Amino acid sequence: MLQDIFFTGLINSGIYALLALGFSLIFGVARIVNISHTAFYMVAAYMVYVLGHMLGLPFWLAILVAVLAVTALGVLAYKLVIEPIREHDTAVLIGTIALAAIFQELMIIFFGGHYLSIPALVSGYTEVAGVRITNQRLLTLAIVGVTLIGIWLLLTRSRLGLAIRVTAGDREVANLMGMNVGGIAMWTMGISVGLAAIAGVMVAPLFVVDPLMWLDPLIIVLAIVVLGGLGSLKGSVIGALIIGYVETMTVFLVPAGSFLKAAVALSIMVLVLAIRPEGLFGVAFEEER
Amino acid sequence: MVARLLATLVWLVISVLVLSSGSALAADPIRVAVLGPMGFLQGEHHWRGAQIARDEINDAGGVDLGGERRPIELIQIETNEMLSVSDATTAAERAITRNRADFLVGGFRSEAVLAMQDVAMDYQKIFLGVGAAHGELGERVQEDYDTYKYWFRVSPTKSADLGRQLFAVLASVAEQIRTELGRDDVKVALLAERAVWADPLVQAAEHNLPNMGMEVVGTWRPSAVATDVTAELSAINRAGADIIFTMLSGPVGIVVGRQSGEMELAAVPFGINVEAQKAGFWQATDGKANYLATLDTYSPVEVTEYTIPFVESFIERFGEPPAYTAATYDAIRVLAQSIEATGTLDADTLVDYMEETTFRGTAGNLKFDERHDPTWGPGFVTGLAVQWQDGEKVAFWPNGWQGVSYEGMRPFRFPTAMRED
Repeated sequence: MLQDIFFTGLINSGIYALLALGFSLIFGVARIVNISHTAFYMVAAYMVYVLGHMLGLPFWLAILVAVLAVTALGVLAYKLVIEPIREHDTAVLIGTIALAAIFQELMIIFFGGHYLSIPALVSGYTEVAGVRITNQRLLTLAIVGVTLIGIWLLLTRSRLGLAIRVTAGDREVANLMGMNVGGIAMWTMGISVGLAAIAGVMVAPLFVVDPLMWLDPLIIVLAIVVLGGLGSLKGSVIGALIIGYVETMTVFLVPAGSFLKAAVALSIMVLVLAIRPEGLFGVAFEEER
Repeated sequence: MVARLLATLVWLVISVLVLSSGSALAADPIRVAVLGPMGFLQGEHHWRGAQIARDEINDAGGVDLGGERRPIELIQIETNEMLSVSDATTAAERAITRNRADFLVGGFRSEAVLAMQDVAMDYQKIFLGVGAAHGELGERVQEDYDTYKYWFRVSPTKSADLGRQLFAVLASVAEQIRTELGRDDVKVALLAERAVWADPLVQAAEHNLPNMGMEVVGTWRPSAVATDVTAELSAINRAGADIIFTMLSGPVGIVVGRQSGEMELAAVPFGINVEAQKAGFWQATDGKANYLATLDTYSPVEVTEYTIPFVESFIERFGEPPAYTAATYDAIRVLAQSIEATGTLDADTLVDYMEETTFRGTAGNLKFDERHDPTWGPGFVTGLAVQWQDGEKVAFWPNGWQGVSYEGMRPFRFPTAMRED
């Protein structure tokens, strides 16, 4: 059973980490709580369905186009919806909720409430230490790993990454030093939505595509970033591992209570916050400025 | 001049009024509101089943109401019940007050139908439910007959009868495992979504299966909207189950079908899987759900003389077989037969007739019991069990159960991994 928990938890955590990292990135840089983050994940999944299934493009091409198109959509949404109200946190929060609701309704209008499916890129399964893991999930795990390494390199080895980290560290000082903080926020929004899109296209062949698929991950992502510390990238990855494994352990150890996995994960978050309100790796609120 | 103009105007107005009232009298329709979540498959099939019934009745000259032929007019009511129960009650209210519906048919989500039932009863409108299985809908009729007598459930059978059918089919699958695969000790994993309707079924399964010679290896309760059940399926695989006894109404049913196929489990999923009843299930699971089985209502087997013509007509018109909510077809035919027999639209008279009559429907002989639920069992509605076999949904039960068998049944088959195990 231990090996089942290890592998299943690792894959779930990887997908959560991709989503949480993007969410945390844009919050860290621009203090934007983007509730529509997982709605972009949903749009990416639908786009793969349209391009690959309905229009007949090869699925690898459909995935590539979907990630790029949804990233562009994210930047457009930033320019049209978020940027004009960026200085008003509550307005941004409400604006992004509205954005998510619009995406959801658009999907219902165009596709109805039907549950859609996308074929796996690779079929079959592999037994690892006695655990059956489908090859699609192994591929997902590999892509999640490559993406996380890519983001880490981008943030630590590039000028853009340096600018993002500096802005995340102190936006006002970055502004005073002559950096184009607005431009960096836009780039960060693109990267953030791009990560959500990658998660969306990777889970599309694993799960079911439907207009409400953005809601559950949103709650989990919020739990992860709060647990890890709002704005902390390291915290997002570790938070994702904790929540992913707690969920998996709940299913294996309390099978009749497997529906409680999200509730157990959220309880862990509440417990950590009670002891450490800023989250595991967050900056204490009084020290933030 | 002015007087002539006024006279012409008055003449015109009178002509319009006479013509419009004349045409209304000639074809004053019987208005049936079809309630459902029209953006979702359940609502789509509510509407499609009703359309076929309407067209058949109207093409035959309409409903004979005391010697006058009256056409059926359908009113499509979007209840939005998947997202909002309060929207559903507003929709039912609107259907009665604004659209002046004479009768209501449809409804899917039990929570929404319970609320819409109250609205219909307030207005003393006959409401034929097609979709919700919750027992309370019928219990209300039994407990407060005068208020709720206008409610009848056409489909599905009530949850207690669904349970009886489930255990009957499960016994036949277990027997086939013993005889064909030579396993005396049949192991069953219970996989039920966390929902109120599944709780009594889980309890009954945990209690009954050992008495039926089967071992329960565990109970797993994922969320109805879970997007991933690999953890549950891995645990079930480790427990060595032969049958995954499913009780699933939500999209998790697709996930179970797809992921159990991808993992090539040596166990066959059978039970209630509402998503697996839909024609799109094969595509939704990417063709991975081979041999998954579920209870169902429609299949091209001759349950009655109406079944195959209806199923074929549905497929010809809409390009896919009907889901169980397409039983609005039966609901409208029940209404038409009752109106013709009584010669009235009076709700109380119709209720008396419907309580006493056995209707010949597409899913069997429809006889309403004291709770206005369809009677389940041989000679009445039995339901079907179907299995996905190479992209086709085929009926395999009842095939001799209590002497009941329908023309067109096929044998139940096991996954390859189960035969090799």
